[in-house]
Parts: sequence; C-alpha cells; structure tokens
Amino acid sequence: MTDHATDHRLGGLAPPRSTPEPRWRALRDGLFGSKPNAVLTLLCLGLLAWAVPPLLRWTLLDAVWSGPADRCAEAAGACWAFVGEKLRYILFGFYDVDRQWRPAAALAILAGMTVLSALPALWRRTTPLRWVAGWSAGLAVVVLLLTGGPDGPAVPTERWSGLPVNLLLATVGMIGAFPLAVLLALARRSPLGGVRLLAVTFIEVMRGVPLIAVLYVATLLLPLMLPSGSAIDKLLRAQIAIILFVSAYLAEIIRAGLQAIPPGQHEAARALGLGYWAAMRLVILPQALRTVIPAIVNLAVGLFQDTTLVIVIGLFDVLNTARNAAKDPAWLGFYDEAFALAAVIYLIFCVLASRYSLWLEARLRRGG
Amino acid sequence: MIRDIGRLRITGRTNGRAAARHPRRIVMRGFKNNKTLLRESTMRHSPSSSPSTPPARPPSKGPSARWLLAGALGVALGLALTGAAKAGPTIDAIKARGAIKVGVGSQPGFFAPDSNGRWQGFFVDFGRALAIAVFNDPEKVQFVSSSPQQRLPSLQSGEFDILLSGVTQTFTRATKLGFHFGPVVFYDGQGLLVPKKLGVAKGKDLNGATVCVQTGTTGELNITDFFRQNRISFKPVVIEETAENQKAFASGRCDVLTQDASDLAITRTQLPKPDDYVLLPERISKEPLAPAIRYGDDQWLEIVNWVVNATIQAEEFGITQANVDSFLTSGDPSIRRFLGVDPSLGEAAKLDPKIFYTIIKTVGNYGEIFERHVGPKTKVGLERGYNAPWTQGGLLYAPPFR
Repeated sequence: MTDHATDHRLGGLAPPRSTPEPRWRALRDGLFGSKPNAVLTLLCLGLLAWAVPPLLRWTLLDAVWSGPADRCAEAAGACWAFVGEKLRYILFGFYDVDRQWRPAAALAILAGMTVLSALPALWRRTTPLRWVAGWSAGLAVVVLLLTGGPDGPAVPTERWSGLPVNLLLATVGMIGAFPLAVLLALARRSPLGGVRLLAVTFIEVMRGVPLIAVLYVATLLLPLMLPSGSAIDKLLRAQIAIILFVSAYLAEIIRAGLQAIPPGQHEAARALGLGYWAAMRLVILPQALRTVIPAIVNLAVGLFQDTTLVIVIGLFDVLNTARNAAKDPAWLGFYDEAFALAAVIYLIFCVLASRYSLWLEARLRRGG
Repeated sequence: MIRDIGRLRITGRTNGRAAARHPRRIVMRGFKNNKTLLRESTMRHSPSSSPSTPPARPPSKGPSARWLLAGALGVALGLALTGAAKAGPTIDAIKARGAIKVGVGSQPGFFAPDSNGRWQGFFVDFGRALAIAVFNDPEKVQFVSSSPQQRLPSLQSGEFDILLSGVTQTFTRATKLGFHFGPVVFYDGQGLLVPKKLGVAKGKDLNGATVCVQTGTTGELNITDFFRQNRISFKPVVIEETAENQKAFASGRCDVLTQDASDLAITRTQLPKPDDYVLLPERISKEPLAPAIRYGDDQWLEIVNWVVNATIQAEEFGITQANVDSFLTSGDPSIRRFLGVDPSLGEAAKLDPKIFYTIIKTVGNYGEIFERHVGPKTKVGLERGYNAPWTQGGLLYAPPFR
C-alpha cells in the first residue's frame, strides 16, 4: 500500500524534495495553494462556522445532563437525562430488568466471537471443523442465555430486543450464509448445467428482490402457506430470510475470488493428486477467500446496518427501541436524542469494522 | 506472473504437507462415520418393530414405550379437560401457548414501553384484562408490535390472537378481510391540524393545501374522500411513521396534518409553539377503534366482548380499583352477579365467577384506564368526549350482565 502511494505521488506533479517542508507550509499550500482551493477552504470554514456553534450549544452548553423530564422541557439543548433514563431500554428493550445480565452477556459473547474470528493470527491455527464447533458452541450459549434457560422462566423471542438482536441477526446471518455461499459460488462455476442453473436462479432471484420484501415474505406469506399452528418463530424466520438473502451476495463475492485464482493453481493441485473437493478446500478456496476478505467485511458492515429493517416486521432492533423510547408519555418526544444515541452506536460498530478492514488489507498485502 | 510463482511456491510449501496427510484422514473418518451410522440405525430399528408402535412417530432418544404411554396419557387428559365444549382454534392455541399474543401499535398513551421495557398504555391495559380473563394472571400476555400496513395481514396469518392497535372497525374489514370486531374501546375521529398563520377557519378553505397523512390507515382514504366531496384539490405527503409525520408537519413540509384527533392532541403539545396551531372543528370521519380477531373462534370473541363490556359496566356501577372490595358486600343483585358474589354468571359461562372482580381490581374500570393513560391529567391530555358512559352523555353502553 505504501509503495503504491509513493508511486502515485512521484508520477504526479510534485517533484521530490530533498528537505522535508515545514508542516504549516504544507498545510498552507494544501488549503490556499490555488484560487479554487482557497475558495473551497473558505466555503468549508464558513459551513463549519455556521453549523458547529449551534451544534455545540445543543449537545453541550445548553444540554440537560440529569434530572426529570420537566427540566428538559424548559431547556433549549439536548436532554441527555433522557438517554440516561432510557439507555437500558434502548440497549436491551423488553428484556426483564432483573435478568438483564443475560442479553448483556450474550452481546459480549457475540462481540467477542466476532473479534476472535477476525484475528488473522488465529486463522492459521483453526480448521474449518474447529470453526464450526466454536461458533456452534458460542451461539448455543447465546441462545440459551437469551431464552432464559436453563433456570428461570423462558423469555419469548418477542422480548429479545435492542442491540443483541442486531448483532445476533448480523453475525448469524454472515456465519450461516457462508457455507451456503461457498456452495453457490462453486455451483455457479460448475461444469454441470443443472447445478449451475439452480445456483444462478437462486442468486439472481435473491439479488433481484429487496431485503424488505424477503422479510415480508418470511413473516407474512410463509405462515399463511404453512398449516396453522405450525408457526415458526418470527425471529427465526427473519434470521433464515437474512441468511438466504446474504448468501446470494456472498456467493457473488466468493465467485469473484474464485475467478481471480489462475488456472495454474487448479492444475498444480491436480498434479499433486488432489480431487475436486480436496483441491478446493486446500488450494483454491484459501487463496480465493483471502483475496475477497475486504469485500466480505464490507458486506458485513452493510448487513449490520440492514438488520434494522426488521422494524418492518415488528422486531425491535436498537433503532426501533430508540425510537420507541421517545414515545413513553413520561419522556415524550425526545426523538433527536434517541436517534443521536442510535447513530453513535451504529457509528462505533461501523468505524471499527472499516478500520479493521483497512488494517487487514494492509496486512494481507504485506503477505501476512 | 511474478505473483503467480510466489503464490504457487507458498501453496506448495504449506499445503503440500497437508495434502499428503489429509486424504488418508478423510478415508478414516468416512469409515468411522459409516460404522456409527450402521450402529445407530440398528438401534433405532429394534424398539419400533413392536406392532403397537405407530410407524409415523419420530424416533426418540429414550425407550419409545414410555414416551408412547406419556403421549397417550397426555391426549386422554387433554380430551378430558376440553370435554364436549366446543373450543375454537384461537383460544386453544392461546391455552397451549400459555399466553395471549396481542398486536399493538406505538402511540404515546395508547401503547408505549416504559423505561423498564414494560408495555404501558390504554390498549395495553385491555390486553392485560384479557389475560386475567383467560389465565387469571395479567402477565400472561405477549405484546407484539405491528405497523399499520402489516397489522391486518399479521392478524390474518396468526402472528397474534387479537389486534388491539387502534384499528377502525369498517364494513370491508369485517366482511371482505374476515375480521370480527369486539366492542368499540375508543371513539375517535379524524381531525385537521393547521398553523394559525394559514388563516383557515374550516376544512373547506384548504384548497390546494399539502397534507401530511400516514400510509395504510383509514386516514389516507378519508382525506381523499373529504377533498373530493368538497371538490377541492390537495397534495398528499404520505409518510409511514406517526412521529415522522409529525416532524414533517412541524418543519413545514405540509400545511395540514391529518390524523385521528387523539393523535393530533398529542402532536400539538409536542410542537415548538403549540399556540401557533389550531385543530379545525370538523371531524371528517368516524373512527371507532375496536379490538379485531380472526373469524372462526366464537368463544374467543365472547371473551373479548365481555371483558371490554365489564370495564364499561364497572364504571357505570361506580366500581373502581380502590373501592371494588367494598362492593363485595353490596345488596344490589346485579352488582353481586357482576362481581361473582352470586356465581350464576360464572356458572353460565363455565368461567371463574370472580374474573370481573379481578379485572377491576387489577386494571380498573374503563374510566380509570382512560384517566391513567390518556386523560386530561396526562401528557396526552384527552377529554372524555364520546368516550364517556351513556349516563354522562357519551357513547359507552354495556349490555346487561345477567
């Protein structure tokens, strides 16, 4: 990456300098070096001067940090007391207050497993089997925690809400879609016409339909088709819909990775006496997947944000709990604060993911 | 080219070793799996070969004879309990689940979660009253949130047992869509909220106005009818979410906000300067909000009917959460029947005769539910209006409990 950047600059306008220029001069040249630059800089400064002071006043100076709702109603600034009061509800929603450690622990486990899976240092030591075993065990614990077992009364999935729902739907969506996507990608490149046709049909149909429509089908149409009484849980239906939806996109990403592998690798694998599946598992897929890791991370970030669409089927993810928190008559109408909190939560996750993706890209380019 | 050579070298080094090792392992594993499979299948076969076992039963972990016996006992017990009484599919599902599933919306005062994540509100209390009627426990109810467009399909598909989300009772919904409606729990009507500076005194002056309206509600249809009847034009701004609709109006995206008057009352208090807005006098529609259930379960319908009626009747009697115990010694035969002191009503319905007593004791009568969540002393600040008992000039009228 660094090589590329230098190359680019060398090929550009600036001649190489023997002495490093002072920082302030670089800044001045960058901001006011030419007339258009100066105009743009002034424009941006003007925008900032216009936007920042009111924002600061609202978020900090005039804000109310604690106290009852009445104090907020009098103030001109943000009501962070509302966030203090509603943070628990926004994060964990309808889950029982006295058993709140359960969704908190589930959240921690999900986040921890995601971080562990993202560490390249662990990739070399894990076989696919261990991977599957680790995630199955982790998810089993998460589901057990959320359902309220093994002791205590069961908690129906209607009451699972807030951030654990987002993270559960997103991580299980990615993990569940992965094997399916690999098979779809392989099938799409298969020499067998029937298999290829099936894969192409599935991928194109799933990609041709918006996620909302898939969720509607899963929640509204599916129960009408099934005999009454055999209802599958709504959250599970949404989860399966998300897995199928994501698998189509992931399959295309993986196919791109497969196409990037030169045929020489196939031939070399065959020369070593490996059959189709062994060659795929040991030679082709490891390289193909490594090529497309940034794209996969990108998809995961998008999916995390898309999980909020479960609003339309009446599940309470963190954005929906935030919105509903402002509907409590005792704390009526603090939508700005609620959405600000939700935005911060999303921002934290997405910035972390995007930094991770950059770091990984740099590392892989170094041959890590 | 250079890269390819590099990669092949790496692959050869790391994977060559693995390749030499793995094929053998695959064969071994396959062999082992075959053996265990064989063992399992023989194990599964032997117990189910007894002639009494129905072949459709899925194989279970333990000795299947014990499970069969338990199953038979369960079925017998179930039959004995239900007896000859014809129970509908909905009430059966509710009892099997151990909780009523109630579809709710989200509107301050009517249904909104409190800081502990507990649903609170006017309609929510009726859901709790139903749970008392079925299970004698106000907590055996699950509230399922539903948006205006999906609430009716969700009810249709069995997502919940009853929709208590402020649905307007209409002819089409009762006939074509196939829903039964319980008694009206809230008489609402669609109103028009406008800024005072528009200088509009009545709805007919609104020619060419932009109107913010919520999708999937009868409000969308009513406003179209209203403008068509008066032969004036309007531009609709259609928004799904109540709160966003109100934001759009507050920010001046439309001249008129139309919703049920109950919503508009809340909206007005939430606007930056409430006094700059005026609620026009017309009610352009009748909006009787009633609980909706699917066709096909008369028993469930009757429970819904009489639970709502009981809260109305209690207010007419003057029975409240606080004084209900003092009425237990009342000499009035109708009150004695109502509270189950005289158990004849309970016997007639094969229900716990104390059900109405428990409902009033737990959630209160209609007036108390109203005052607690949406009355003048709350943030919502609604007057009783039509929602007063018929004895006080309102429309609430419960049939006699006898």
